[in-house]
Amino acid sequence: MIIQALAFYLFAIVAVASGAMVISSRNPVHSVLFLILAFFNSAGLFVLLGAEFLAMILVVVYVGAVAVLFLFVVMMLDINFSEMREGFLQYLPIGGAIGLVLLAELVLIFGSWVVSPEAGEVAVSPTPPLGEMSNTAALGQLIYTDFIYLFQAAGLVLLVAMIGAIVLTLRKREGVKRQVIADQVSRRPGDVLEIKKVPSGSGG
Amino acid sequence: MTILTDIMAGLPEIFLAVAGMVLLMIGVFRREDSSKLVTYLAIFVFLVTAVLVLAGPSGQTIAFNALFVVDGFAVFAKILVLLGAALTLVLSVSYNQRERINRFEFPVLVVYAVLGMLMMVSASDLISLYLGVELQSLSLYVIAAFRRDAVRSSEAGLKYFVLGALSSGILLYGMSMVYGFAGTTSFENLATVFASNEGGGQPVGLVIGLVFIVAGLAFKVSAVPFHMWTPDVYEGAPTPVTAFFAVAPKIAAMVLFVRVMIGPFGALVEQWQQVIVFISLASMILGALAAINQTNIKRLMAYSSIGNMGYALVGLAAGNETGAQAVLLYLSIYLFMNTGAFACILAMRRNGRMVEGINELAGLSRTNPAMALALAVFMFSMAGIPPLAGFFGKLYVFLAAIEAGLFTLAVVGLLTSVVAAFYYLRIVKLMYFDEPADAFDRPGREISAILVGTGLVTLLFFMVLSPVLNGAEQAVRLFFSA
Amino acid sequence: MDELLREYLPILIFLGLALGLAMLLIVASLVMGAQKPDSEKNAAYECGFEPFEDARARFDVRFYLVAILFIIFDLEVAFLFPWAVALKDIGVFGFWSMVVFLGILTVGFVYEWRKGALEWE
Repeated sequence: MIIQALAFYLFAIVAVASGAMVISSRNPVHSVLFLILAFFNSAGLFVLLGAEFLAMILVVVYVGAVAVLFLFVVMMLDINFSEMREGFLQYLPIGGAIGLVLLAELVLIFGSWVVSPEAGEVAVSPTPPLGEMSNTAALGQLIYTDFIYLFQAAGLVLLVAMIGAIVLTLRKREGVKRQVIADQVSRRPGDVLEIKKVPSGSGG
Repeated sequence: MTILTDIMAGLPEIFLAVAGMVLLMIGVFRREDSSKLVTYLAIFVFLVTAVLVLAGPSGQTIAFNALFVVDGFAVFAKILVLLGAALTLVLSVSYNQRERINRFEFPVLVVYAVLGMLMMVSASDLISLYLGVELQSLSLYVIAAFRRDAVRSSEAGLKYFVLGALSSGILLYGMSMVYGFAGTTSFENLATVFASNEGGGQPVGLVIGLVFIVAGLAFKVSAVPFHMWTPDVYEGAPTPVTAFFAVAPKIAAMVLFVRVMIGPFGALVEQWQQVIVFISLASMILGALAAINQTNIKRLMAYSSIGNMGYALVGLAAGNETGAQAVLLYLSIYLFMNTGAFACILAMRRNGRMVEGINELAGLSRTNPAMALALAVFMFSMAGIPPLAGFFGKLYVFLAAIEAGLFTLAVVGLLTSVVAAFYYLRIVKLMYFDEPADAFDRPGREISAILVGTGLVTLLFFMVLSPVLNGAEQAVRLFFSA
Repeated sequence: MDELLREYLPILIFLGLALGLAMLLIVASLVMGAQKPDSEKNAAYECGFEPFEDARARFDVRFYLVAILFIIFDLEVAFLFPWAVALKDIGVFGFWSMVVFLGILTVGFVYEWRKGALEWE
């Protein structure tokens, strides 16, 4: 139990600290690396909550793909961050105010957390106890059958994302020479070589 | 087999999804330029989908594990959305050809945006609502930036994307709060939970969640104070895309707004009514005042659409059957007026270049009397002058507001429509009484056809008023009885 | 719950070990090594010249396309895990549900391929 508490504080502190570093470090590449650290620690927190599947997906998708994309984008944009941060102080009051409002709301919510009495009854698919089945299996039993509509809609969203990415960024370069292996292999001397008979003695 | 009944209920959507993929494959496998073919096929697909929607089961059908609902309300909205999308696609053909953005992905993305809209209006669960909104928005972000080599179009796409993602986040945050307090995402169950809470008062967190959901949806209909993106996106996006933005997504989002507020949150009407009244008032006032100084006609239309959404929200604020019916009527009229106005904007082309300044319309009555007449009809109608269509739209929303006892809203609405009439009529004055500028190029055949069609509908709407009103009434009655 | 966490205990120990060892090595080299920095030693070394430009060159936008296509298929794979675990229980319907999902993404894949988005020029 004590180990669990220790692990929680370790993950939570590192997650919050690296979150702060994401927005405060000078070098944007460092920001992305701190973001990855934050993702790892949130994955640890998910494991502590018993949500293994979410934890693994966080590592696979966010650390494996999204963070890499962020790195690419940061490298692509070549932004001068210290210049960008000049506006920071100017927007600090309003940003801080919004943050305070959100914080107040969160406090209000936790202060007045009243789950309605019907909540338990109307919950369509409660999480089965972990001893019975892992939550990967529990998800698997719902996503593909009960929630097939949402599942296929998610597929369509991914399709649109694919089309969108290509429409907006793909450019054909002109005048690129590329290797065509089949042409190279099927090339015969007769196609390209022509043997000319040169009559002897007429060269002068 | 329940899956068969599910498929029957969702047939229009499934057809649209499959057709989108087929169009994509046709486009990518044909060697020559296939944008024209794919666009025409997409228009045909919309018409077939509309037929499938009409042929669908009557009454209320709940399918896919209570995630999806087909009722009269959804059917009415779907027909409007499909019609709007088909008309704007017709407008886009020659424009895209001339501006060299004729890529076949455009109609395909429009098909998926429309699919998202159909899913939105048929949502009966917070999660299916969200996925519908996302499918729609993602396609719209891309087509806003479709002319990717122009800075303004990319800027429009980027702005729309960043603010749209923010609003989706707000929407999700609200939804998660509602889920946390109610323990369910299904509209039906939410309604039962709220109804049973009614005596003891609703928890604060729930109300905060509701406000977040309202804010997210208000962004999608571009109601004040979540309207900032509208003028920039309207101005920057290619004109047919702007026409599409002004019509189909607005209708879908507005109908979704009504469905969510009156359906699951019906018991919380006291909590949301004040918010809706506020954003409705703010939209009407800002739409009327900010449009006065505009010189670019696309920006003008953006403010006009903000104002129009304010009027439609009056119907929602009423929160009763008449109100919902008035919203449907308003949206049907809005569809024709706006498509027509954008057809005029697309015809503003001089020596092969698009012009967007309002001054360019000077003296249009002498250089192109037919177009001037059509535009005058749309402007008079938007100003709400009887017996044109726009008058009836406003009349019914104000009647609904008065019935619900919201007199301030009705009075402010009347006042702002007088102010708004000023800038609509300024365009008419420009066209009829100012020295003519050079003539525009002759508009294409399809633009002329749409101008004539929508112009006639706007002009003679009073002849079809009672059938449309009946349709809206039936649509709403099924929705309220359920 | 505790059962589950106990299974993760080796990983936690491993994590602690790795963290501790890494810290130890860094601190040890800081403490034990001789450190006499001066401005010449701290300057970037580039064959005796001052560095000409920023070491970070801008990336081509094509990397972005590759990365985003990767994310999309990564997400697709994420959906495959619970499916594989639960396939026994969800039956034929669940199987075909996944086939349709993969079909949608295959259409996207064919589109990518034909557009030449996967080719590096």
